[in-house]
Formats: sequence, C-alpha cells, structure tokens
Amino acid sequence: MHSYDFTLILAFFVLVLLPAPFIGRYLYRVMEGEKTWLSPVLQPVERLCYRIAGVDSNREQDWKTYSLALLAFTLISLLTLFAILMLQGSLPLNPQQLPGLEWTLAFNTAVSFVTNTNWQAYSGEAQMSYFSQMVGLGVQNFVSPAVGLAVLVVFCRGIARRSSNSVGNFWVDLTRATLYGLLPFCLVLALLLVWQGVPQTFLEYVTAHTIGGTDQVVPLGPAASQIAIKQLGTNGGGFFGVNSAHPFENPTAWSNLFEVASIILIPAALLFTFGHYVKDLRQSRALLACMLILFSVGLGGTLYAEHQPNPALAALPIEQSGSLEGKESRFGTTASALWAVTTTAASNGSVNAMHDSFSALGGMIPMFNMMLGEVIFGGVGAGLYGMLLFVLIAVFLAGLMIGRTPEYLGKKLEAREVRLLVATLLVMPVGVLVLGALAASLPGPASSVSNPGAHGFSQILYNYTSGAANNGSAFGGFGANTPYHNLMIGLAMLLGRFGYILPILAIAGSLAAKKRAPVGSNSFPTHGPLFVTLLTLTILLVGGLTFLPALALGPIAEHMTMFQGF
Amino acid sequence: MNARIEPALNSAQQHPKTSIAALWKPALRQAFVKLDPRQLLRSPVMLVVELTAVVTTVLCFIPNPQVSTGLAVQIALWLWFTVLFANFAEALAEGRGKARADSLKAGSQGLNARRKNGQQFETVAASSLRRGDIVRVEAGELIPGDGEVVEGIATVNEAAITGESAPVIRESGGDRSAVTGNTRVVSDWLLVQITANPGESTLDRMIALVEGAKRQKTPNEVALDILLIGLTLIFLLVVATLQPFARFADGDLPLVYLVALLVTLIPTTIGGLLSAIGIAGMDRLVRLNVIAKSGRAVEAAGDVHVLLLDKTGTITFGNRRCSALYKAPGVSGKQLSDATLLASLADDTAEGKSIVEYLRALNTMVEPERSAIKSIAFSAETRLSGADYNGHSYRKGAVDAVLLYLGIERSDVPPVLAREIEKIAQSGGTPLLVAGDGQLLGAIHLKDVVKPGIRERFAELRAMGIRTVMVTGDNPLTAAAIAAEAGVDDVIAEATPEKKLQRIRSEQAEGKMVAMCGDGANDAPALAQADVGLAMNDGTQAAREAANLVDLDSDPTKLLDVVQVGKELLVTRGALTTFSVANDVAKYFAILPALFTGIYPQLGALNLMQLHSPQSAILSAIVFNALIIVALIPLALRGVRVQAADAASLLRRNLLIYGLGGLVAPFVGIKLIDLLLVAVGLV
Repeated sequence: MHSYDFTLILAFFVLVLLPAPFIGRYLYRVMEGEKTWLSPVLQPVERLCYRIAGVDSNREQDWKTYSLALLAFTLISLLTLFAILMLQGSLPLNPQQLPGLEWTLAFNTAVSFVTNTNWQAYSGEAQMSYFSQMVGLGVQNFVSPAVGLAVLVVFCRGIARRSSNSVGNFWVDLTRATLYGLLPFCLVLALLLVWQGVPQTFLEYVTAHTIGGTDQVVPLGPAASQIAIKQLGTNGGGFFGVNSAHPFENPTAWSNLFEVASIILIPAALLFTFGHYVKDLRQSRALLACMLILFSVGLGGTLYAEHQPNPALAALPIEQSGSLEGKESRFGTTASALWAVTTTAASNGSVNAMHDSFSALGGMIPMFNMMLGEVIFGGVGAGLYGMLLFVLIAVFLAGLMIGRTPEYLGKKLEAREVRLLVATLLVMPVGVLVLGALAASLPGPASSVSNPGAHGFSQILYNYTSGAANNGSAFGGFGANTPYHNLMIGLAMLLGRFGYILPILAIAGSLAAKKRAPVGSNSFPTHGPLFVTLLTLTILLVGGLTFLPALALGPIAEHMTMFQGF
Repeated sequence: MNARIEPALNSAQQHPKTSIAALWKPALRQAFVKLDPRQLLRSPVMLVVELTAVVTTVLCFIPNPQVSTGLAVQIALWLWFTVLFANFAEALAEGRGKARADSLKAGSQGLNARRKNGQQFETVAASSLRRGDIVRVEAGELIPGDGEVVEGIATVNEAAITGESAPVIRESGGDRSAVTGNTRVVSDWLLVQITANPGESTLDRMIALVEGAKRQKTPNEVALDILLIGLTLIFLLVVATLQPFARFADGDLPLVYLVALLVTLIPTTIGGLLSAIGIAGMDRLVRLNVIAKSGRAVEAAGDVHVLLLDKTGTITFGNRRCSALYKAPGVSGKQLSDATLLASLADDTAEGKSIVEYLRALNTMVEPERSAIKSIAFSAETRLSGADYNGHSYRKGAVDAVLLYLGIERSDVPPVLAREIEKIAQSGGTPLLVAGDGQLLGAIHLKDVVKPGIRERFAELRAMGIRTVMVTGDNPLTAAAIAAEAGVDDVIAEATPEKKLQRIRSEQAEGKMVAMCGDGANDAPALAQADVGLAMNDGTQAAREAANLVDLDSDPTKLLDVVQVGKELLVTRGALTTFSVANDVAKYFAILPALFTGIYPQLGALNLMQLHSPQSAILSAIVFNALIIVALIPLALRGVRVQAADAASLLRRNLLIYGLGGLVAPFVGIKLIDLLLVAVGLV
C-alpha cells in the first residue's frame, strides 16, 4: 500500500465522521418537526403535501395503525412499480423503444427497489426506459430509505417516550424524511457529480464512430441525480449495468471519493439522531465505536487479502502488486476494497469492482458484513434499527449478570420483546440458509453458478445473502435472471425487509407504552468500552455461529484450497 | 447482621435433610421419571435433546458405512445422559425444597377440625375445610388451616412454621389476629375463620414453588425460555441446511454427526439447568423462612430501586433506651449514677429497664435488695417515678415534671445542663431529669437506638443502587436525627397509610420498583401497591393477604435478604446463558473440521485443538456438552454470589468469568476428553 492509499482512507473517514454529529442533530430536529434553516423553503411544500394527501400532521398513530399505513404504502408502491416496468414499452420517455420486462423480472425488480435492496437482475441501459428509471425506480430510491428512516425514528421514540400509546404519524415521517432528510443532500451530491462529468440528460444514446471503424452506442441519461440518491439512500441500483465501475457513473477519483463516502454519510449521522432522541449522546458514541471496530476489521482484512499476490500465479514470472482482476484499473485495489467493504457494511450494494473476482477472503468479508444483517452503519434507518436489535440481544443475554431483569435505557425487556427479537433473529437464517439450500439442491437453479465447487457455492450464498440483507450487490457470474431466482430472491428481499420492520414497529410500540426506569449506577451500563466489547462480540457471535458452517464450505474452503494447493 | 438468619431448630421438629448426600438417590430415580416427554415439554431445549437421543438410538440399528455402530451407540448414550443430567439437576433442587416443606407438613396428615355448623360443631377432616369456614380450636390442638381469629384469645406455638419456640398471643381484632395452619394452640381456645382453600395455604404455596412440574415460571424465565427456543430454532436451520450444502459439493454428512452438532450447539447448559436455578432460588428463600406467593415477587426483588422500611423494629430496636447520663454542676458522677439506678430499679417499663441495664454495665454500685426499696410508681398526676431508700428520695421524669417537683423554673437550670438537655431534644432523643432529695442531679439521654450493623447494610444497598426510605410516625426532627444515624437516604415522617401509598405511587410513576414491609392492617394498601411487599407473619391477615411475600420470622430486615436472593437468581441465569452461548465457538472448531474434511481436506486446518480424529472430535464435544451440566449443578443450586458493587463492575467481573471463561473452557475440556477417549481406546 502506498501513501495515497492511506490518504484515500483518511479522507473517507473525515468526510463521513466530521459532519455526522451535525447532520444527526439536523435530522432529529427535522423528524420532530422543529425549525431548521431549510424550513422557510420546505415548510410550504410539506404543508402542501399534507393538504393534497389529506393528512392531519398533528394526529399521531399507535404502532398498529402506523404499520398498516406503512404496509399500504409499500403495497401501492410495489403494484405501481410493477405496472410501470411491465408497461414501459407504451409509456413516454423511452427513446430506445425498450419493451416491458418479463413478469418475474418485473416482480423481482419492483420488490428490489421497494425494499431498498436494489438488487439488479436486469441491466439498466439495455432494459430500462428513462421513465422506468426516473418515475419508477427513482421515486422508490427516495421513499424506500425514507421508510427505513421512519421506522428507525419510531424505534427511537419507543425508547424515549414514557407510557405513550402513539409512536408518530407514518405519513408525516415519510414526508419529512424525503423532503428534509434526503432531497437537500442529493441536490448537493448531484451537482458535485455533474461537476465531475456525470451525465444528466434526456437525450437518446449517442452513436460514436470508433477509430477501429465500427459504430459504438454510448448510453446516456439523467444519471447524476439517480446516482446521488443511489448512494445517499443506500439504494445501490446503478443507472448503468456495471454500476459505479462505469466511467459515466463514476468518472474521477473525486467522484469515487464522494460516492463512497456518501454511502454511509446518513447512516453514520443517524447514530447521533438516536442520541438526541434518548438525550444521551454517549449511547451514540458507543454504537459508533462498535460499528467502527467492525468496519475497520473488515476493511483491514479485505485490504490485506486483496493486496496479497495470488499463490496460483506465484510460479509465473509476473510481478504482482495485489489482485487486480475484476477491478477497475482507474481505481485500483485500495479504492475497490474500501468500496466493497463500505457498500456491504451499509446495505447499499453499489459496486465499483466485481466482488466475484476478489480473493476468497476478500470476497468473504463483504459477504459476512451482509450476513451480520447490515448493522455496520447499514441502510438508512435500517442499519441502526438492526444494530439496536443486537443491542437488545446483548442486553438480554448479559444484562441479567448485574442482578436485574434486563432493561435498555430504562425500558424493561420482557417476554413480548424477546419473542419479537427472536423473530428478527430468524430472518437471516431463513433468508440465506433455507432459501440458499433450496437453490443449491434444485438442479435447475443450482446451474446458475458459473464455477464449480466452493466458489460456485459462494455465488449462491452471496446472492441470497445480498437479497435477504437488502444489500443488492451481486457476486457476478451468477445467472440471476431466471424465473426461479427472480421469485426466490424477491421473497428473500421481502423477508429481509418486513421480517425486521414489523417486529421492530411492534417492539417500539411495546417499549413506548412502558415506563422508563431511572438510569443510575445500578442500571446496565450501555456506554463505555465494556459494553462496546460486549456488543461487538455478540454481533460476531450471532453472525458467526449462524453462518460459519456455510462459510466454511464456500470462501473458507476456497481460501484453504488456494493457499494449500490441492 | 450480615449473617443469614437460620431458622432455630426445636426439638420437636426434625431437621430436614437437604445435603446432596441425602438427596442424590431419590433424585437419580426422579431423573428417569422425568424422561416422560410430557414433563420435558416445560423445558423445550431438553425435549429437543431427548428427540435427538431417540433418533440416534434408532440410527444405531441402521448400519452406515461412514459411522461405526460403536460410535453411534456411544453418541446415543451420551445424548441420553445429557437429558438425564439435566433432569437430575432439577430433581436435586426439588428434593431440597420438598424435604424442607415435608418436614413442615409432617403431622398435618389425618388432622381433624371442629367446624361450626349453625350453632353446632361437627368434626371433619382438615383437608375438607373451605375459605369462610369457622372452626374451634382448643388448647393442645393444631390449627387446621390458615385463618383469622374471630373470637377468643390464646397463646399459640408457631415453632413448626417459624422455628421460634416461644408461644405468641393471638386474639381477635387488632394486629395479632392471623394464625397459620399446623401451629399449636397452647392455652385457651380460638374461633378461627379459615381464609385459604385446600391447596392454597401458606405451606401449599411454599411446596408449589419448589416443585418442577407445578411451578409457575417467573416472567424473566419465560422471556429467557423464548430466547433459548429461538436459538434452538436457528441452530436447527443451520444444521438442517448443511446437508444440501454438502451435497452441492458432492459430499454427504452422516445424520448421526449432524444430530451431534445440533445438540452441542443448542443451549443445553442453560436449558438443562434453568429449572433447577429457579427452584433452588425459591428454596433459598424458604430456608430464610420467607414464603413467596409467586416467583414474580422474588424476581422483582432483584430490580428494586427503593426500599420502604418501618423505623420501629427494623432500623431501631423500637423502644427508647438510655444512652448517656449528664450531671449537673457540683454533682459527682457516682452520686448521679447511684441516684439514677435507685430511681429506676423498680421501674418495669422498657425505658426503666434500659437505664438499669446501662448502669449495670458500668458496674457503679452494689445494688440493694429490692425489698429495701420503697418504689414510687409513675402516676399521671406527678408524671414521676422513683424510689425512697435509706431515707433518701430519688425521682426521675420528664423535664417539666421534675422541674415542677423541684419547684424551680426552666431558667434556673444550670446552663451547662440546660445546653445538654437542649442537645438531646434536638438529636431526636428524650431527656429525663433525675432529682435526689429535692436537688437536681442531672439528665438521662433516652434515645431510639439504631440496630448495630444496619448502617453497613444500608451502605451495601446503596452500592447496589438501592435507596432506602425510613417510614416513621415520629415528628420530622426526631425522624431526621435517626435517619442520619442509620444512614438511610430519605425519610417519611409523621407517616400515615395514605402518605405511604402516595409515596409508593409517585416512585412507581417515575418507573421505579418499590419494596416495602409492614404488618398492620393499615399497611395492606401500601403492601399491595408495592412491587415487592413483605408482610410479617405475626401481623394481620389483611397484610398477609396483600403482600406477595410473608416472613415467618417477622423480621423486617429480611427484605434485604430477599433482594439478595432475587439478584442471585438473575445473575445465575445470566451467567449460565452467557457461558452456554460462548461454549459454541469451541464446539464449532471441534465438529466442523470433523464433518468437512471428507469434502475439503484443507478444512482440517480448522482443527485448532488438534483432536485425534473426526470420530474422537465429535464424541468429545458431545461428552463435554453432557458433563458440563453436571459440573455446573452445584453452581446452579448455590447461585452465583452477588457482591455489593455498582452494575459496571459486576458486569465486568461476570463477563470475564462466564463470558471469557465460557469461550476458553470448552477448548481445554474438549481437548482433555479427546486425549482421555483416545487413551482409553473408546474411539
């Protein structure tokens, strides 16, 4: 590694961590309807939205009504997007005359964008009209992270409120998250990307005459705005098929830095939003420390693995400086590894290199990041609520050891909460192991892999993990666009989204209704190094114990084989 | 005061045999009886283990080229052992509690009662008595059930229940009207209204708490059970999906091995001991002579933020005692002490006796014969008491009364003495004056003496984060003085039942858990409102009904022990859960390489413990998994000791022992078992 590698990593952390406390406070104020400097501009828009939709912004909902509103919104989103994708051939803004999608692919894609996964079994420039991209996918790119943010805020309120039946108003939270939480940041990032050369146009594709004398079609489109929300909203669905490895999506070193940092900009800030809700920023710092530890270990491991020479090539007279296969040479090993770890730590899923071509360990770490349930920063809202679930598990496991029934920030964890927690714990094993085992044992679906043996198994494992974890990144080489995988990965994505959201809303409702016991020297200390260690180990233990056997048969076996010979 | 109060033994009562030596044989038998799946339903994790044991046993008869029958039989045997060990732990815990309860119950068999039927009394079996029945109990008879005295007054020997051999008075009305079944009326007779149906008496409740099959699980235990079921489900999915994954790599995993992996992964350690921990916790309470009406209250005791304690009898001895003498100027110390002793010798009040005790300890004079003293009893008119002896007159009494007797004004009292009197009053004490032959000799300092050791006890509680609030009918000045001396955190002075209830409600509104103890009928609402209410057995039936704990010894400080037991119960559960989950890491490193080396030989590198062979690795993990239950039985029964410390240091300590220990111990244990199995030639 060179000094510029370290500069990139340092710049990344500075860009993410420095603004986090400020953005976090801003988001808290926004979500609770307090005045901010953007209010004069956005408040009239917000009021107009409520008037059109007939929403009484002062009326709060209990958790059940909130969940119903959320589910209704999701269902309508899903059906609308499905219809757009099926009918895009007859819809406007389709200069390339692209036909509608096959129905399983349309279903898969609709689920993918509604669940903030952005798994792409299609290729953008070859199959999506501008209308589908902007009105179909683009809208979901905004509202799906906004839903995540809303659910997180409900969880925060559940912990912060005392003896309260209401947890907020879904329509208000959704509007505020979109309007104040995402739009302004996207505007800034889109402008930065345009400055760096990302296209933003409605013109049709350009045909270029190459020096070789052939014609090449150069796809264009309203890319900058889409890419901004793709990164900031932990969406990850690229405008072009190869995502941020494409020179129009990610033209320069600067655009690469902005894009990779914006993946976890909002997830990192939300930690502080949580701290403001519970009136204790020490909690934010403890969770941040835990996330940073897990992130840094993953980053270190991937960097190490990717900078190793390939032992299979050691005998050849080749000078190796790390593994460059499957990486965009404009970015190189370090920027690719950083992106891979960031995009899988957060449930983003955009890529600037092909994870399938990483070394066995370098590919395993992104996979493991996802298997942990996307809690290392994670998706907008989704990452932190996933992390808070782990906090509750850690508190329940070890909390008894202080001689009190477990409580978190003064809220008792009882049978009801544990039952819901257990439900969320089952999501990843079912989504990854059960659906993965089905895919691996049916001859048709299993033949989608492009490699035999351990690496082929890694492909199945990675892609189902990506779906269940709502990440959306792909382990290339896997023929995902088959009716079976379209439907099953679609199922995994729905499970991974609502298998968390519904129990969390129920937990939040149940916590909000409880009294809050005073926190003192006899309550479970949830800040400080001891708790950070406990939480980190709990996450690794739960993830490790669930997935170690599967990983052993995939990337670990591949790694051992590569380094020990056959 | 820190020592546990062990129940006093009396000769009539057999000491229950609760040592493991006496109990292991019946427990062993019970371990087999409890294999009944209907009983195991209460402990789902162990039910899963039993199912796998059945499956493995069946597999022993189906030849499999990958697994030798010898190994399959050994695995099946150890799986059965795992269930038996867990059953044994529960049976052992039950046995202890039952032995104690049985010894209390002894003698109640075939007991008859004289039930009132109109104007007549008819003889019926005690077991047929219902709530509301009225029975007559004569001297020498056992009271047939819990109840309230509606008529009569009698002395009752409650030794069978409390271990206290001195008989107590029970009478209708007032605060001494409650009687307990199986206690003996020593003199006179009582009409008792029965307040408990068969199966609901104090004793029945006690027995129900220590019987595995009938026991109601406490809320936290239910929550923990759910988590354990969740973990079991996760591992079921992990193991069940391994076969298709292995087949994808053209491998095949023997079912026996997969079953072994499943059992080692699911939380058998805590799953097997959970019930024993709960029963043993209740048994510890029973040994403290506290009866919990539900396990919930014991668990809540661990969570208590605030303790409301009556001053009288809990924090102080309850009556004012002499603590110092102050002499007037010009009077010698001997003159004062002799005069005080003589003035008090014939005084039979508690205060008078305390003065005599105080002076006897100083050994000031040779006491004269009682007959030589002409005692002057306290009269409402003079408000003085004292004695005439050898022609001298000695008097003592309240300040105003003595001044009146001497015919002097308050301002005539020498300033030195006046200052002392002032100080005594300010510190919450009561000053008395002593006069001899019409001359003011000095002052006596009477005060409510704080029990020795109570201050340290409160400091311990404070270290655990529990605040103590003293409840007293005294005026605020006196209350504050005693509070400062005892080291309580807060005081409710001039307390009324409404005031107590109000305080409990306001603490609870802040989310705090409140414990309180009381005995009077007017305590009942507060006892019912408190999260943990401890009633005194010698109190009223109303208080006993309202509270969720009853102390047979009627010792209010027992509340502190209950808190301790509650905490120990929770810590033991938490410690073993953490230990159980942390164990899984080592088990993976034992079994995964054994399973997978057939598919990818390179995965043998995961065999960190360098176990001898795949067969020995799997068997060692199973054996460790079974033996660790046995090894932890003593801890489960005894409970993890809880030091008085803040939560952070408790957590650090327990995480180190049970978390880190749980991570490391199986690595060592499995390796040792592997060496042993290979040495003995079992694999």
